Amino acid sequence: MPADFISNLYVFILAGFVGFEVIKRVSPLLHTPLMSLTNALDAIVVVAAIIIAGRHETRLTTVLGAIAVAASFSNMVGGFVITDRMLRMFKSGGSKKS
Amino acid sequence: MTALALQQYLDFAYIAAVVLFILSLRFLSSPTTARWGVLAGEIGAALAVVATLFNPEVAQYKWVLIPLIIGAGVGIPLGMVHMTAVPQRTALSHAFGALSAAMIGIAEFYVGTAPVTRFQMGEIGLEVIIGSLTFTGSLIAAGKLQEILPQRPIVYRGQNIVSLSVLAAALGLAVALVVNPAHAVLFPIMVVVALIFGVLLVTPIGGADMPTVISLLNSYAGFSAALLGFVLNSKVLVVAGALDGSSGFILSLIMCKAMNRSFTNVMFGAFGQVQTSAVAAKEERVVRSASPEEAAAILLAANKVVIVPGYGMAVAQAQHKVRELYDSLSKKGVEVRFAIHPVAGRMPGHMNVLLAEADIPYDRLIEMDEINGDFPQTDVALIIGANDVTNPAARNDQSSPIFGMPILDVDKAHTVMVIKRSMNPGFAGIDNPLYYLDRTLMLFGDAKQFVGGIVRELGGGH
Repeated sequence: MPADFISNLYVFILAGFVGFEVIKRVSPLLHTPLMSLTNALDAIVVVAAIIIAGRHETRLTTVLGAIAVAASFSNMVGGFVITDRMLRMFKSGGSKKS
Repeated sequence: MTALALQQYLDFAYIAAVVLFILSLRFLSSPTTARWGVLAGEIGAALAVVATLFNPEVAQYKWVLIPLIIGAGVGIPLGMVHMTAVPQRTALSHAFGALSAAMIGIAEFYVGTAPVTRFQMGEIGLEVIIGSLTFTGSLIAAGKLQEILPQRPIVYRGQNIVSLSVLAAALGLAVALVVNPAHAVLFPIMVVVALIFGVLLVTPIGGADMPTVISLLNSYAGFSAALLGFVLNSKVLVVAGALDGSSGFILSLIMCKAMNRSFTNVMFGAFGQVQTSAVAAKEERVVRSASPEEAAAILLAANKVVIVPGYGMAVAQAQHKVRELYDSLSKKGVEVRFAIHPVAGRMPGHMNVLLAEADIPYDRLIEMDEINGDFPQTDVALIIGANDVTNPAARNDQSSPIFGMPILDVDKAHTVMVIKRSMNPGFAGIDNPLYYLDRTLMLFGDAKQFVGGIVRELGGGH
């Protein structure tokens, strides 16, 4: 079993626990923005896609990489845009003008 | 700068991104700090993307920059959709995320840099299978939510056996590739079989279960990204994937609990089947109905009103009229709050977003567990477009298909008013005994028009 695998497994398990503890505290009020925000963060796979497309090894891998760049970057941009739009709408009773 | 030093700068950028991602989710714990969360996430993501563009492995920029522009061009309109369309947008973004994870895994299989070891082949195989099935599964879910595809569960005899055989075939092909990675021809077949399994997985699941399905797909998309991090030895992907995966997993658990179902039940026991028998044995019972004038008079006489909104309210586009009702009752000194069931709407938390969009303050939106104890002291419970989540049969009728599901105890309020088009049973087709109680008044009509009528009677919606 490669050493990389073990260190990645450590990171995965620790990040999973951090995620569990942090997300447990998110107010149910915000579960929809939570999902769109984690979607945008998950779109960080764009960094791997950029390298695959940018290496330009074979035509096939470049095409696959380019599709991955477009798909994940649209998630990243769209996810942040819609999350912010949603969160802007949440106003408390105190801040409401009457 | 030497290549090694540059690599270290890139690693620091990724570590900073990871820290910002965790902070981003941390800020989301309260609506007052939540927008900081978006900012933290944006900075982290921008840092990681810009750093990657400096990676010496990126030899040419044409096929990086063009897709980035296309991605932004697709992403911005998808970020501007109407709030009722957020569930299908979310399903579509799960599909995009899974697509890109699968594409990178496939590319990694075909790059010639290093021979693929058995261990790597196992990782790639699993990653590509999960990515592919999540891609097609999410597309089907998006199609159902957009109502391009039928919302009812599509079922046939022996379905679970067929679906599981297809999954077993995909996994079998992956194992064959691990045993002998030289059999490269099996790889594309494995991808196609996994794509087919995704379709089979979501097609039988009905519209009522969409909040659970969308959360599960969220979790799959996250875990496929984390697995990709294992394949590429990229810790930033492992962390982001683990965060996204655990978020989707927690939401799935909450949704299952809110519907009193298990994962296996959602995935393999189509919700639509049991219901026809439940409706059969009903005798003619009397219901009492009321006009907008009568409803307005009752609401005015009340001290405490709880409004129970369901997805039907959003379908009728009634949320802005509901806001006017909230405003005019509040002005007249009536305390109005909203009771939110965890599965109200088409995805977790959807109803809160729809009401926030209509400018209803979020401190008026109360979760089920918190508000249920208040119903006995509530003068009027006004139900708009919700049905099953108010059905007392879930509490006391063991033969009901929804028995055991946690519900809003609206039947304990002094008066119950239900705005409904007709007496037809709702989405899940289950009869609701609430409508036949002595304290219940049925308000027949379109939600938007009826609420508008009440607002007019109260004398001024503005």
